[in-house]
Amino acid sequence: MSTAAQTQPAATLTTSVRGGTRLGYALQAEWTKLRTVSGPAWLLIGAAALTIAVSTAAVGATRCPQGMMCPIDTTKLSLTGVQFGQAVVAILAVLVISNEYSTGMIRVTLAAMPGRHAVLAAKAILVTALVLVAGAVAVFGSVLAGHLILPGHGFTSARGFHSVWLSYGPALRAASGSVLYLALISLLSLGVAVVVRDSAVAIGTVLALLYLFPILLAFIGNAHWQHRLERWTPTVAGLTIQDTTGLRSLAITPWAGLGVLALWAAGALLAGGLAFRLRDA
Amino acid sequence: MTTQTTAQPQPGATTGGSPRGTGFGGLLRAEWTKFRSVRGWVIGMILAALLMVFIGVFAAANSNIGCQINGGPPKSGKACVPPIPHGPGGEVVNDSFSFVHQPLTGNGSITARVTSLTGEHADLTGGPVQVGNGPGMVPGLGPWSKAGIIVKQSTKPGSAYAAMMVTGSNGVRMQYNYTQDAAGMPGKVSAAHPRLLRLTRSGDTITGLDSADGVHWTRVGTAQLTGLPATVQVGMFATSPGYVVTQNSFGGSSNQGGPSQATGVFDHVSLTPAAAGGTWTGTGIGGGGPVAGPGGGPSGRPFTRAGGTFTVTGSGDIAPVTPGPGSGYPTVTVEQSLAGAFLGLIAIVVVAAMFFTVEYRRGLIRTTLAATPRRGAVLAAKAVVIGAVAFVTGLVASALSVAVGVPKEENQGQVLLTVPALTEVRVIVGTAAVLALAAVFAVALGAVLRRSAAAITVAVVTVVLPFLLAGLNIVPSGVGTWLLRLTPTAGLAIQQSIPRYPQVTSVLSPVRGYYPLSPYAGFAVLCLWAAAALGLAFVLLRRRDA
Repeated sequence: MSTAAQTQPAATLTTSVRGGTRLGYALQAEWTKLRTVSGPAWLLIGAAALTIAVSTAAVGATRCPQGMMCPIDTTKLSLTGVQFGQAVVAILAVLVISNEYSTGMIRVTLAAMPGRHAVLAAKAILVTALVLVAGAVAVFGSVLAGHLILPGHGFTSARGFHSVWLSYGPALRAASGSVLYLALISLLSLGVAVVVRDSAVAIGTVLALLYLFPILLAFIGNAHWQHRLERWTPTVAGLTIQDTTGLRSLAITPWAGLGVLALWAAGALLAGGLAFRLRDA
Repeated sequence: MTTQTTAQPQPGATTGGSPRGTGFGGLLRAEWTKFRSVRGWVIGMILAALLMVFIGVFAAANSNIGCQINGGPPKSGKACVPPIPHGPGGEVVNDSFSFVHQPLTGNGSITARVTSLTGEHADLTGGPVQVGNGPGMVPGLGPWSKAGIIVKQSTKPGSAYAAMMVTGSNGVRMQYNYTQDAAGMPGKVSAAHPRLLRLTRSGDTITGLDSADGVHWTRVGTAQLTGLPATVQVGMFATSPGYVVTQNSFGGSSNQGGPSQATGVFDHVSLTPAAAGGTWTGTGIGGGGPVAGPGGGPSGRPFTRAGGTFTVTGSGDIAPVTPGPGSGYPTVTVEQSLAGAFLGLIAIVVVAAMFFTVEYRRGLIRTTLAATPRRGAVLAAKAVVIGAVAFVTGLVASALSVAVGVPKEENQGQVLLTVPALTEVRVIVGTAAVLALAAVFAVALGAVLRRSAAAITVAVVTVVLPFLLAGLNIVPSGVGTWLLRLTPTAGLAIQQSIPRYPQVTSVLSPVRGYYPLSPYAGFAVLCLWAAAALGLAFVLLRRRDA
């Protein structure tokens, strides 16, 4: 994209608008914004590094001594870091929009590109693409850590543990689902941030959405409410995509759980799109 | 504007004598004005308090569990709560053991020699245990399986007592009135290394002694049992707390438990003054006889006697009930009505971080620092104002949560572990103080990072996430324990209402109110974090340009 800009240095605004679609133009503008500040790159690297580090630490600290039953889902254990990485991903997605509000840049953006849906769509597409890449790196690193470390800690195939590797169907589903999970978390955060606009309030809201429901679930003993929370809250339902054992006792199947998170993300984006269109910047 | 008004009354005062209103009191007033004049922040604080109460009460009212007693119809609520004794101190206690006893009137003493302590516990390698009809018990002694001699007010569960005992792996102990515990001779008991135990009553005072040879006696402890009646029950006992295996895994359902029992062998039993025609009676106090079924005690009776040798077998415990999976009962604590504190915390952290960062965003910081060049004082004033606001908000919200939530907890089919009023006050005020410190932590982070998103994320992730990871067993318990010691989450230990007793094996579980650090130590860790953040903010604020 940068080469395209270089080869046609004299290209006026009108030609590029005519040449590309409105969305293509918005994508190009948003991509320039993202790559020309260092924040997003560091956040993406940080998300991947944090995910891998926490996963490796969790895997390294877990052992299954001889003669003990270890009811541990090794795949899920290897993906522990996603719990942390999602916070960084959420910050990235929030800042993509709220930074524009805090600096007043949003007025320039909307003056240049009055098609507000195109602006939001371009932001969503770019954030999703970047998070998918960083998430894939993070998840692969985590799976690799589990694959290399766990057999040495007593989780051998001789004792009935599947090797944590992408050739094992459920592990592949958990790993690829975790990448999608991170992308959906970023979309949810983006939607919330568009509605809220202020970065502080948006971060607070998103972190509450991510971490509050699991805590509430721990305090509630009522089976009906537990079931409801497990089925319908974004992180609890979404993270069932990481489960590879005890699937029958889950309140929701893994893909349906990820679907619930997708509904949350879609709802947030829809609300964000409406607010973005109806409100003054 | 302020320069004009202050310049008029003292036009010549250009140097020396700081103008009125810029002392620390004036700074506090300035920061308070900044806070209260932003409607969003005030609304945010009120919302935080309301949501905190709502979630706390919701969690308290929905922590109920159903039960089915002996294959009867499913029940819920108070019908599920077994009759639980309360000890002399008012705490909920376990009081079940095999008791071989006879009455003792007036002062006197009992002496016995223990030559063996053995035990069995449920076999948990083959899945859940069916008491009474499973393949049953395997040999194994718990660390706090115990047998010894006891002086007890009556055979009523929960009555006052003092006891000398040998334990599975904690040597000789003297324990009394459930919560008190003192160590005697170390080491395990065996036929080659018997332990002689003696309890002497003199009025309300019971003295416990131990000896290896019957010649040299050492005093282990002295118990004051106020209001002990003239006639008490004395004798031998054996009991063994439930056997719990904790697995480090996801989801929290990692504790398996089953019954266990201990068998103590006694000889050289003597009672002074010897009761005329006194006979030993075996009673299972509080259902504490041998575990029924195959592998149970000898002929299922609490004790057998062969000449002067008594073999006593019992199960249960004589100890306070603690929260968590080790207790044998589903329990609920006062602090579980404060589940909403996490939401309150997030909201307060957001407002606190913004309290500093908006000054950077709007450039107001330059005005603030021009008016008050002492930057440390500005930071201190902001910390005091936001800390005080958070404290008051938290105090109202947590007092309401406990006042409304705790009565609801009593109807949830679980044993409410009641605590003294002072402890309840500490839990409520402590929660408010945790919120205040989190606000100070966040405002300092705001000054350090200057970006609200970063400050809020660091504050929330370091305070809330360790609780989540350790409480839900997302990380292995060893890692979780260290997280609860080192991270700012440690401060939540101030909410722990039930103390940890060394004589009770308890499973650490912050969700059930059990933290690795004591309440004030944990609180001190959070204080250190807040102080460190303030210190860093102070240094950076002075070094950097605004």
